Parts: sequence; C-alpha cells; structure tokens
Amino acid sequence: MSVPASIPTEADTPLRRKVLQRINSRPTTRGAAILLGIMVLLALLAPVIAPQNPHDLASLSVMDNRLAPGERGMSGMLFLLGTDAQGRDMLSAILYGLRTSLMVGLAATACALAIGIAAGLAAAQFGGVVDAVLMRIVDFMLGFPSILVALVLLASIGRGVDKVILAIVLVQWAQYARLMRAAALVERRKEYIEAAVNFGLPTRYIMFTHLLPNSVGSVLVVASISIAGAITLEATLSFLGVGVPVTEPSLGLLIANGFEFLLSGEYWISVFPGIALVLLIMSLNLVGDRLRRSFNVRS
Amino acid sequence: MTAYILQRLIQSVLVLLAVSVVVFFAVYGIGDPIELLVSPQVSQAERLALIKRLGLDLPVWQQYLTFMGNALKGDLGRSFVHGVSAIELILARAPATFELVLLAMSMAIAVGVPLGLLAGLDPESRPSRIIMAGTVLGYSLPSFWKGMMLILLFAVLLGWLPTAGRGETVTVLGIQTSLFTLDGLRHLILPALNLAIPILALVIRLVAAGAAEAMTQDYVKYARAKGVRAKRIIGRHVLRNILIPVVTVLGIEFGSLVAFSTITETVFAWPGMGKLLIDSVYQLDRPVVVAYVLLATLLFVTVNFLVDILYAALDPRVKLTGEMA
Repeated sequence: MSVPASIPTEADTPLRRKVLQRINSRPTTRGAAILLGIMVLLALLAPVIAPQNPHDLASLSVMDNRLAPGERGMSGMLFLLGTDAQGRDMLSAILYGLRTSLMVGLAATACALAIGIAAGLAAAQFGGVVDAVLMRIVDFMLGFPSILVALVLLASIGRGVDKVILAIVLVQWAQYARLMRAAALVERRKEYIEAAVNFGLPTRYIMFTHLLPNSVGSVLVVASISIAGAITLEATLSFLGVGVPVTEPSLGLLIANGFEFLLSGEYWISVFPGIALVLLIMSLNLVGDRLRRSFNVRS
Repeated sequence: MTAYILQRLIQSVLVLLAVSVVVFFAVYGIGDPIELLVSPQVSQAERLALIKRLGLDLPVWQQYLTFMGNALKGDLGRSFVHGVSAIELILARAPATFELVLLAMSMAIAVGVPLGLLAGLDPESRPSRIIMAGTVLGYSLPSFWKGMMLILLFAVLLGWLPTAGRGETVTVLGIQTSLFTLDGLRHLILPALNLAIPILALVIRLVAAGAAEAMTQDYVKYARAKGVRAKRIIGRHVLRNILIPVVTVLGIEFGSLVAFSTITETVFAWPGMGKLLIDSVYQLDRPVVVAYVLLATLLFVTVNFLVDILYAALDPRVKLTGEMA
C-alpha cells in the first residue's frame, strides 16, 4: 500500500514502521498498544488457555454457582475470578466474551469501512445525481443517534451475532462515506489525476489505482478509533438484551447477567467483565487517537 | 429568510415521512405479536377475532395507510399490551425523561463551563491535563457501565443514595415531577449524573478549545493592553464568544440525550420513555415502538430546525441562501 498523501513525511520510510514509531513515541500509548496486543492474543487463544469451556453446559455444575473469586468448586477446581449464577468460571467466560466482543467490533468495522469507502469513492468520482442521492442518505443516517437506530433494527429482526454486526454496519458506514468523499474530492483536484484523465486512462483505472489508495489513509485512521465505538455499541445493545444471544455472551452480556447480583454485593459477576471491557475500549481509543493526531486527521 | 425556512420545513416533513415508512415496515414486517399476546390454549376462533380486531389480517401497505391516516389525527395506534393509546402511554412517561434530561444538561453546563475554562486558559498545567484525560474517559466508556459503577459506589458501598426508581413525586402545574421533593431528588441525582457525563465531557472540550483560541485573538490582546483585569476579560469577552457554539451543540444534543436516556433509564429502573421503549421491544408491543420512534424523530427534526433557524438569526455571518443545509 502506498503512503496516504495526508501524512507529512519522509516519503521513503515504510508506512508500517512509521505507525510503530508513532505508537512507541509516548509511554501511555506504548502501554496501551502492549495491553491491546495481549488482549487480542488472549481472545485468539481463549479455547486453549481458558480453564473451562463456558459454552459447554455439561462441564458446568450449578452447585458451584456464585462462588467468590479464589474459591474452589465441588470438583476442587479453582475459580480465580469466581463463578456466575450457573456456576460458570468467570475467567473463562471473560476470555470467550473478549473473543466475541473483538470479533463483532472488527467484523462490523471492516464491513462498514468497505461500504463507506465504496459509497464515498463513487460519490466523489461520479458527482451529480449519484453524489446527491448518496449524500442525502448519509445525512439522513447521521441525523439519528446510533443507539436508537440499532435498537429499533434489532427489535424487529431479533438478536444474533450476525444481526448485531448488521446493525453496527448500518449505523457506521455513513461516517466513512462522508470522510472518504471529502478525501477523494481533495485528491481529485490534484494534477496527476488531471494528467491521467487527459491521458485518456479509463475511469475505473483512475478510481482504483490512483484515487482510492491516495485518499483512503485518513479514513483508515478514523476507523481505528471507530473499532472502540463499534465494541461499545455492541456491549450496550447486548446489555439492553437485544444484542448477542445468551449462548454466545460478549462482555456486555456478561455484565448484564451480573447486574442483578451487583446490588447484593456479589460484585465479581459483572465487575470483572466490565474491567476487561473498559481496558479494551480505553486501549483502542488511546492507540487510535495517537494515530489520528500523528497523521493529522480531523474526524 | 422565508424561502429558507420554507425549504427547511419541507425537508423536515420529508424526513419524517421517510422515517415513518422505514420504521413501519421494519417493525411491522417481521415478527408475529399474536404469538406473544395469546396463550396457546386460546381457541382458533378467538385468535382470529383478535387478529381482526387489531387489524393484523390486512396487507402491510393497507396497515401503513390506516396507520398514517390515524397518525395525522394524532393517533399512533393502541398498545397491544396495555390496551391504551400508544401516544398517551408515551406522553405519560415523558415528564420523567425530560426532568432527567434537563437536570443532566444543567449539571453539564454548571460544571463543564468552569472546568473547561480552567483547562483552556492554562492547558499545560497538571489539573488541566487531568481534566482533559477525564473527558476522554467520560465519552468513551459505555454509559451502562458508568451507571453501574455509580450504583456500586454511591448506593451499594456508601449507601448514600437509592439504587432505582423515581421516589416520591409531586404534581406541579399538572405534571408529576421528582424535582420538588427531597426523596425525588435523591433518586434523580445518580441517573442525571450518569446521563450528564458524556455531555459534560463535550462541554469541557468545547469551552477549553474555545477559550484557548479566544486568548490569542486581537480583542483579548487589545483589552489586555488597555489594562482590563483578567477576570473581566474572561467574563465579558471570552466567555460570551465561546458560549455561542456551546449553546448550539447542546441544542442539537438535546435530542440524542433523550435517546440515550434509554440506557440510563434501564440501568436505574427509571420509569421514563426510554424504559418504556425497552419494555415494549421485549414484549413486541409494536405500536409503542413505532410511536416512540416517530415522536423521537419529530423531536430531532424540530430541534435541528429550530437550531438552524436560531443560529442563522443570531449570527449575521451565516447567510441564508436557498441552498440545502
């Protein structure tokens, strides 16, 4: 991939090294990046390192329900972070929940990005009616709070991992489309594109080999922060009971399940998943914000 | 000006129409409320009678036309669950939501403006850095999580405030409110604070950015050169100039606060419109969901319309051309 034009730089350092340098330049950002790496690794390795498979009801014992952190169950198994109302090991549940939360956040952001970039690029390239129609739709979508749109959509199609992703894509693609259009419009006025047009190169060729790679950078940087937004939205929807199904709990749903016990002092059922969620969101935000600042992108 | 207002009005009506179509088909097209409303023991004949009474046997487009015809008369259908007018059901819950939103906004302004000034006037100091880092936490952490932590801290651990509900209410000017009883206020503080946090973060950021920018402007330099005291410069000149964007943003945010109160109301079991929406979603009470979304849209559209017009009227630099806003 070529270097986005918005970066004020030494053109010969490769982009990957430059990203790493920016992240490394501040201790808090470096800490956040390391923490994020660890959490992604834990999520990927969940089936290997989790003490228990929390989705396998046969391995759970109701006798072990609501044990405090550090207690041992009937079978002598140690529950480092306690158990929930079904006798599920919270540590395992959190590792699997992290997996679901990250997966939903990444998948939703990737799909929203693809749609937004395509729509923004088309609007900038073709202009006229295409531009007007697409941008009116974008204005319309951005006019409503995302939580309300996603809530109403999920209320009508039911809960499910794929449905939550769909809802997040629906509320997030529009911001990428607007950003992509703005970046592509600036790029289109540059001389090399004009030269390519005058040279008689086909429109499709210009769009995909010149316009797209040179204007997509700022959109990608903003997307790095929006992953945190997607994960927050998923957690909120799951907390409200319209998100992921109970068979595949994300961090948000784990927190919701523990809420009723919070009032009676059994804090660990919702507080530990909550801490995992907060760490995930904060580290994504810190890394994303550093990238945005160093590449000087306004969102 | 008149042409601009007219154009914005037409635009607003189109948005409302579009939303009504999208929402109606999204909510009515899928899912069968009869399954939830009728117990399996009920005879087929009774079942059919109920379907007929609720108008669910008609084609969807005909249901929509009936719905829109009634909507124009101010009737958005009857709740399947409660059996009363959906709009009345929502409006009965409205005061609870609005008192929450109003208190949250007041808190955000009362705390946000001074903190924002502090952070903006001396951005390199330690308190300023702490405030600015706090704002990142304020709007990036999920609202339901902050609410739960407030409950854990102030209700469960410290035992200072109640965990849920609205407390004692009194009727003022025909509206039930918790604002004027001690018990009501005690119930109101935590949910209002939770709702206020993201807006507070926004106000701090806006004021800080505005103050930092204003301090470099010529009018401030001139006032300083003239020997005007710092307090007066900030109070009379700087603050006035930053408050215009703050008020505009708060106006726009009013609508989304009402929407976001859904989460806060669920966490604190606050009997407002948002809680009603969530409950109706669980019970597949479609008329209430549709009515809520249409009322919320009406609110957004009206607020945006008023903010646009006011902004244009207040700021002479904004030209009112016939262009689409």
